[in-house]
Amino acid sequence: METLAALGTGFSVALSPENLLWCLLGTTLGTAIGVLPGLGPALTIALLLPITFQVPATAAFILFAGIYYGAMYGGSTTSILLNTPGESATIVTALEGNKMARSGRAGAALATAAIGSFVAGTVGTLGITFLAPVVVDFALKFGPAEYFSLMVLAFVTVSAVLGSSAVRGLAALFFGIWLGLIGIDLQTGQARFTFGLDELLDGINVIVVAVGLFAVGETFYVAARRYSGNDEIVPLRGSLYMTREEWSRSWKPWLRGSAIGFPIGAMPAGGSEVPTFLSYYTEKKLSKHKEEFGTTGAIEGVAGPEAANNASAAGVLVPMLTLGLPTGATAAIMLSAFQSYGINPGPMLFQSQPQLVWGLIASLYIANIMLLVLNLPLVGLWVKILRIPPPLLYAGILVFATIGTYGISNSPVDLVLLYAIGIIGFLMRRYDFPAAPVIIGMILGPLAEQEFRRAMTISNGDWTVLVSQPLSATLLALAALALLGPMIWRVARK
Amino acid sequence: MTAPPRPAGPAWPETLIGLGLLGVAAVVWWQSGAIAASPMYAKVGPRIFPYMTAIGLAVLALALLVAGLRGGWQPDEEREVPVDWRAVVFVGAGLLANVLLIVPAGFTLASVVMLVLVAHGFGSRRPVRDAAIALAFALAAYFGFAKALGVNIGAGVIEKLLGG
Repeated sequence: METLAALGTGFSVALSPENLLWCLLGTTLGTAIGVLPGLGPALTIALLLPITFQVPATAAFILFAGIYYGAMYGGSTTSILLNTPGESATIVTALEGNKMARSGRAGAALATAAIGSFVAGTVGTLGITFLAPVVVDFALKFGPAEYFSLMVLAFVTVSAVLGSSAVRGLAALFFGIWLGLIGIDLQTGQARFTFGLDELLDGINVIVVAVGLFAVGETFYVAARRYSGNDEIVPLRGSLYMTREEWSRSWKPWLRGSAIGFPIGAMPAGGSEVPTFLSYYTEKKLSKHKEEFGTTGAIEGVAGPEAANNASAAGVLVPMLTLGLPTGATAAIMLSAFQSYGINPGPMLFQSQPQLVWGLIASLYIANIMLLVLNLPLVGLWVKILRIPPPLLYAGILVFATIGTYGISNSPVDLVLLYAIGIIGFLMRRYDFPAAPVIIGMILGPLAEQEFRRAMTISNGDWTVLVSQPLSATLLALAALALLGPMIWRVARK
Repeated sequence: MTAPPRPAGPAWPETLIGLGLLGVAAVVWWQSGAIAASPMYAKVGPRIFPYMTAIGLAVLALALLVAGLRGGWQPDEEREVPVDWRAVVFVGAGLLANVLLIVPAGFTLASVVMLVLVAHGFGSRRPVRDAAIALAFALAAYFGFAKALGVNIGAGVIEKLLGG
């Protein structure tokens, strides 16, 4: 009941004309960048971070959340029509979606993706609404030691468990943690790793790193692969409405996808690859039309993973809002936006900023409705965006990257740093290092250090406090299991 | 296109990445020692996390080094695409021109030069059209995006002429 009352307050915030406009702007922009290959929500929100100095926090987060949700919807359009996933989260959608488009069922594929995204997004948002207060109650019991252990667990799951290699994921994470350490230590006022450069005293701005990795690195990567520019856009044929049979084949995968996606997203592991693949294999196994998988394209293989993707995206917001624990690059950048307002996400947020949190959650329901309209009747508009010639698209991305970076301090030093990180990002792409752990390490690393030092101060420097309290010990044991389990499993099987 | 067969010996790019990260770890360790730490904070001072980071980086760098010497890890799908150095050089030249021009010439002019060079790197062969689009785009970005965000980016000749 309390939750519903809070949600009601949230809607009164989110339904104000101004906030509705922010939501519309965010969902439109989000769909556009989701459709465009090479632009993602993490990059877009990083570029828009300066807006936090201009508008109230509620408006900024409604905008950012709209972008985040919108990118998930838009990414599927590109996957289906171009076979190049617009977002990493929609790789699986391309498997069946593009096959459907090629056999003349693009309309149905887009429809089941959009409606499935709506169903799952709404289920996921309901999940946030009712799960978040529960997690908050639990999290209020956490002390610094528990927080530190929880962050260690998140570090391990986002870098070592997801992705192709634990070593490379952790290398990216530690690199990010180091970047986060650069600058003045807030507790003692000592400069760390500034190499005598005054520019580094304030630390490296997360905008520079995110834009360097996601925009400059990506541009180099695409250029180096000799962009031939001959991606074929499947023309949009066929009705956008699904037949009765297609509806009946879609609704169960939507619900199953939501059920798979939300819990995995809400765990302190995050990631959308695992739930989308899991949903894909579930649908393939359960389908009565197995012959369509991989040949003419099975609608279940689009409906399930799309739902899983959107539900997990919603799930990621649970640890972000309730624990201040980002488990994806986009969430990490949203966390830095909170920091820019001087707000600390975490259990206290629900008490200190109820208008903001519940306004944000309510706006997610509204965003889903807007996105359904934007992505179904108006899908033709987004297909046009896909026709922007890639040379201009990538060159344009670099212009925005310049604005976002140069605008921070008007210093060419930032641009040099941006390009250096871009080259690192290029090498990381080419040699299969994940980029998200760098951003997460950079944002979460300093917070982990803060909790660690608090815990040590309380315990008077006794390290065993991390393992002597049952909750903290359990979290660390889970982290060790997540890190070593797969290795032991591999050795044991030999 | 088939990938060139994986060499039996070390894979040099991956080995170099391992060595490079080991170098980073060494720098982090060395600079961690240089952090001034007052004895008041001896137990939980500003050096502990940096040292832990250095150790973590070193361990991971060694693991990467071993993997590199054993033939590397780059996915076949990446290895079979040779790097188009010409494109990379043009993109790099565009970025370099941008950083050199932005202070003396202003954002718009620097963006136009960068955009034309980068588009060329991506295979566009219509520099005049690219420059025209770039000019319109850079001005729109300057007066729309940057002004709306309230960020101040270098105004040059063109911006001042237009009253920016």
